[in-house]
Amino acid sequence: MAKYLLLKHYRGGPAPVVDHAPMEQWTPGEVDAHVQWMRDFATRLEQTGEFVEHQALSPEGTFVRHGGEGRPPVTDGPFAETKDLIAGWLVIDVESYERAVEVAGEYSAAPGPGGTPLCEWLEVRPFYGSAPAVAE
Amino acid sequence: MNEALLRDLIPAVTGVLVRRGADFATAEDAVQEALLRALATWPTDPPADPKGWLITAAWRKFLDATRAERSRLAREARVAAEPPPGPVDEPADPADTLQLYFLCAHPSLTPASAIALTLRAVGGLTTRQIAEAYLVPEATMAQRISRAKRTVADVRFDAPGDLATVLRVLYLIFNEGYSGEVDLAEEAIRLTRQVRSMTADEEVSGLLALMLLHHARRAARQTPDGTLVPLAEQERSRWDTTLIAEGVTILQAALARDRLGEYQAQAAIAALHADAQTVSETDWVQIVEWYDELIGFADTPVVRLNRAVAVGEADGAPAGLAALEQVDRAVPRYLAVEAYLRERAGELELAARLYGDAARAATNLAERDHLTRRAARLNEAVRGGSRG
Repeated sequence: MAKYLLLKHYRGGPAPVVDHAPMEQWTPGEVDAHVQWMRDFATRLEQTGEFVEHQALSPEGTFVRHGGEGRPPVTDGPFAETKDLIAGWLVIDVESYERAVEVAGEYSAAPGPGGTPLCEWLEVRPFYGSAPAVAE
Repeated sequence: MNEALLRDLIPAVTGVLVRRGADFATAEDAVQEALLRALATWPTDPPADPKGWLITAAWRKFLDATRAERSRLAREARVAAEPPPGPVDEPADPADTLQLYFLCAHPSLTPASAIALTLRAVGGLTTRQIAEAYLVPEATMAQRISRAKRTVADVRFDAPGDLATVLRVLYLIFNEGYSGEVDLAEEAIRLTRQVRSMTADEEVSGLLALMLLHHARRAARQTPDGTLVPLAEQERSRWDTTLIAEGVTILQAALARDRLGEYQAQAAIAALHADAQTVSETDWVQIVEWYDELIGFADTPVVRLNRAVAVGEADGAPAGLAALEQVDRAVPRYLAVEAYLRERAGELELAARLYGDAARAATNLAERDHLTRRAARLNEAVRGGSRG
């Protein structure tokens, strides 16, 4: 089994295939359906023994770097509209890379306006594993 | 309270319940609940007869769980009535414990499911301990175990089993697990010892020897902060000579019976490494011969890759590189091995580049950092040389 990070992006990544309005333009019912679908997805993954964790991130935030000896950190925000922005993640523990891709494909089908699948691009990244005990 | 002793009793207790007519899945849940109660109450109130206590507690949990079913079961007359109070005089049948191993390693289970079920039903670990060991939430691991039990629900408890499936699971537990509160390597060794006490199969001895010979060197394999130390640089005084001696003894007894297999061959290679006082005294020629034997049982790209390393040590880097030509380039660590052989052949610039590529392809952090360091060291040497 190996762990994979499935990253959702507010923007960035390959060009979206489904053109949809931002969530605040959806109907409240559509928003609820989307949120419930995400919860149900996590529950299903727990039942298959593959769920590790998920988190959603606010679009607010800033870049930070060291400001120099004795100086405060330097910030660069808010995030530029043209740049990549992470929306959240799902971590899964699965038997194979192929299964990770399969799960990401399903996760990408979360419903948007009108209940149609959003088909958003998800970034799939393998975790580093542990060093094997038998090494020769 | 000795927790290991408590866990030693678990498979026998499950076996008793199944022999009394309980289905495996419900029996296993009942035993787990009894185990949790034992962990909570025994420290302050230890029983005189631990096994009897567990059997009684688990049987009560089982009856509670199947209360609605009991009238039907009574009609089938398969289920014994609740036994009278007093010491339980039910001899543990070692065959039952071995059957549990077969069930938990059944080929219909995925490796991860077999590992989880084996650690639970045979190892007597709690779901929480297994979840922690593999870094998943407890609820997820609980579901993984439940699904595994449903998968083997229709397998007869006394169906004939393939020992190779059990050995594969134990090897995976030893080799790949994360460790937290529970040391999975020690657990794998304990379970392999238990299997070895129940069967004369030489490959079980081979696997135990292999585990002991690797476990003996664990302290030297990583610095306290997790930095990987390659075999050639390990402090051999940190190797556990008692474990090495035991591993060698067990292996020699198995080899003497002339029924060689892949685990015995792997153990023989480990024994040759463990036998060398210094890396330069390593009998690489014999190691290559053992790899040739191993290929006869398990011809995989990983084995061929490791053989190429041994050929490089025994016959020189060019020979090692020639052997490497025959290996599938896609196998993990191919680049790391090629980098090492190129370095030994004196092709430093190429080796430095390959170490960098290998670092990017690494699947664990300790290896990635080690390869990055090797690349950096060679790049520095190459730069120094061109300035000289």
